[in-house]
Amino acid sequence: MMSTGRNMKPTEEVALGIRRRVFEHAMRNNGGYLSQACSAAEQLAWLYNEQLTIGEPTLPMVPEPFGGVPSADNPTYHTGAGYNGPVRSDLDRLFIAPAHYALVAYATLIEVGRMAPEGLDMFNKDGSSVEMIGAEHSPGMEVHNGTLGIGLSTAAGLAWGRKKKQETGKTWVFMSDGEVQEGQTWEAIQCCAHHGIDNVYAIMDVNRQQCDGAMNSVMDVGDIKTKMENFGAHVVSIDGHKLDEMRDAVQEKHKGKPLIILANTSPFRGMPTLQRRFPRLHYVRFKSEQERAEMNQDIARALGVAPIDYGGVH
Amino acid sequence: MPEMVNRPYERAFETYAMAHPEVLCLSADLTSSCEIDKFRDNHPEKFLSLGMAEQNMLSFAGGLGLAGFRPFLHTFGVFLYRRPYDQLMASVAYPRRKVRLMGFLPGVTTPGGMTHQAIEDISVMRSIPNMTILETGDATEVESICEAADSIDGPVYCRVLRGSVPRLFDTPIEVGKMRELALGNDVLIVTSGISTEEALRARGALEAKGVSVRHLHLNTIKPFDAEAILDHIHAVKGGVVTLENHVTEGGIGSLLAEIMADNGVGKRLVRLGLKDTYAHGGSRLYLMKYYGLDATALVAGVEDLLGTQLGITEDDLTTARVDAVHSTVKAEAL
Repeated sequence: MMSTGRNMKPTEEVALGIRRRVFEHAMRNNGGYLSQACSAAEQLAWLYNEQLTIGEPTLPMVPEPFGGVPSADNPTYHTGAGYNGPVRSDLDRLFIAPAHYALVAYATLIEVGRMAPEGLDMFNKDGSSVEMIGAEHSPGMEVHNGTLGIGLSTAAGLAWGRKKKQETGKTWVFMSDGEVQEGQTWEAIQCCAHHGIDNVYAIMDVNRQQCDGAMNSVMDVGDIKTKMENFGAHVVSIDGHKLDEMRDAVQEKHKGKPLIILANTSPFRGMPTLQRRFPRLHYVRFKSEQERAEMNQDIARALGVAPIDYGGVH
Repeated sequence: MPEMVNRPYERAFETYAMAHPEVLCLSADLTSSCEIDKFRDNHPEKFLSLGMAEQNMLSFAGGLGLAGFRPFLHTFGVFLYRRPYDQLMASVAYPRRKVRLMGFLPGVTTPGGMTHQAIEDISVMRSIPNMTILETGDATEVESICEAADSIDGPVYCRVLRGSVPRLFDTPIEVGKMRELALGNDVLIVTSGISTEEALRARGALEAKGVSVRHLHLNTIKPFDAEAILDHIHAVKGGVVTLENHVTEGGIGSLLAEIMADNGVGKRLVRLGLKDTYAHGGSRLYLMKYYGLDATALVAGVEDLLGTQLGITEDDLTTARVDAVHSTVKAEAL
């Protein structure tokens, strides 16, 4: 049975829409973070469409240009968190810890009606706030996470502070499995456990891929679930493309511990032809006009849309 | 000799923290070493043990800042920036979180050797946008460092002295205001931190030999008011000598060099400090002598600047009285 979410659209449709938007963008720009859309679409769709308790956006639907970095001389500076609604004690917060998923996150904002589709046209354009690696000022972002492994620690600090202030909102982190290669991730988990920070929630896209290729060829991380449990987290491992498993996982009791959902995913989900590019999936740049045209046909067919007219040979 | 004050930070922090609900006390397994062990025992609700995990601590502190708290991070200065530099940048400095980095045992004040000696911290912090840098030089400055640091609208790194600390001044730190300790007109000596006590010792000996010394003590290193110090540079006939418990690259010597070059000041500058070298483990007095960070080195620097030998002996320096500075307003009367 389809469930309808906060956007009154089935979450499955939101996920499909995310993949379609990222696909279209990658075709027009001769490459992009395609595999991240394949693996993470359901997770981000579920968070925004169902799970997060957040308010209406406070920033314009069409993102403003880059407004300068934080400094004492920039009093009008603000982050992109307003796309996730206002900061309020009872509302949730979300950090996108691997900021390289920004394209997928922006596509999600559009699908759930929090950003105008034109926002994606500004992606990675000079002078735009819709940056390639999500910055603090990019839509939907509240902190810089482009340096991987710092997101969970920041969330832990925020969550501890919110608990101290008796705020009821949760602090969510969307994570990537590559981050477990960073020691800081383990420092953060043990810190959450030691201080009983159980208002932190993480969902990790376990797609087993990283920039250089398959994780087990770059730096094998072993059994993430067991390791995290040993460091003091409550961990649920699920099929990251099955929404019902997410819905069940978040119900688990985790008193005194952070809840981490390991969403095991496929980096080709919805775009099976991407397998041709394995194991270099981090940023798919088409190697030839022919490959671009073939992928355009194949992926469009898989996603149920017409091939993208990007001005090339068909 | 000046009054020696025992553990001035301990009392000052407790008093300040308990008067300010948003202030939290964070420690990284150096709780008694940073004089906050009594605070931990007395006020556990405001104390967070973050363990030997500085990368997490820096980002966690950024999160606390986001939640509206003003965390004071306590550890040795070196551990606040070397390992967690990335986190310091991304989670604290860039977003201008009100995180107070209390760096204990600056420079060679620790016998712990290279791994424990923050000898390039000022250089690192000066190059970080949005960062403020304060340095304490006596017990009164340690007693006022919490209020000074917490007045900063953004992150601040403080070099904090611990243990038995001399009282040289009787007025608290005023952020952005240098202390004018002497207003002579032959040579300008600029010091900060523990170097100021050395300069006070050297000054007595120098003045006994007829050298008119102008002496400034810096407790605010960044941001820095160039105009104010230019007046002093112009006021001396000779040049400028800096002495710092830090490498000579990027610290207050470099700060003076930049100001003088930027403003076309054609005077000599002698920069004293660690000369492009690491230090090793040893007592503070030994290290200051070995690496040329003491009053003797300062006298030699003044001699270099003036191009003359003054005939000042070690005994002259050892017996030179260091008295408390009772006013910053009438410094010339000291």
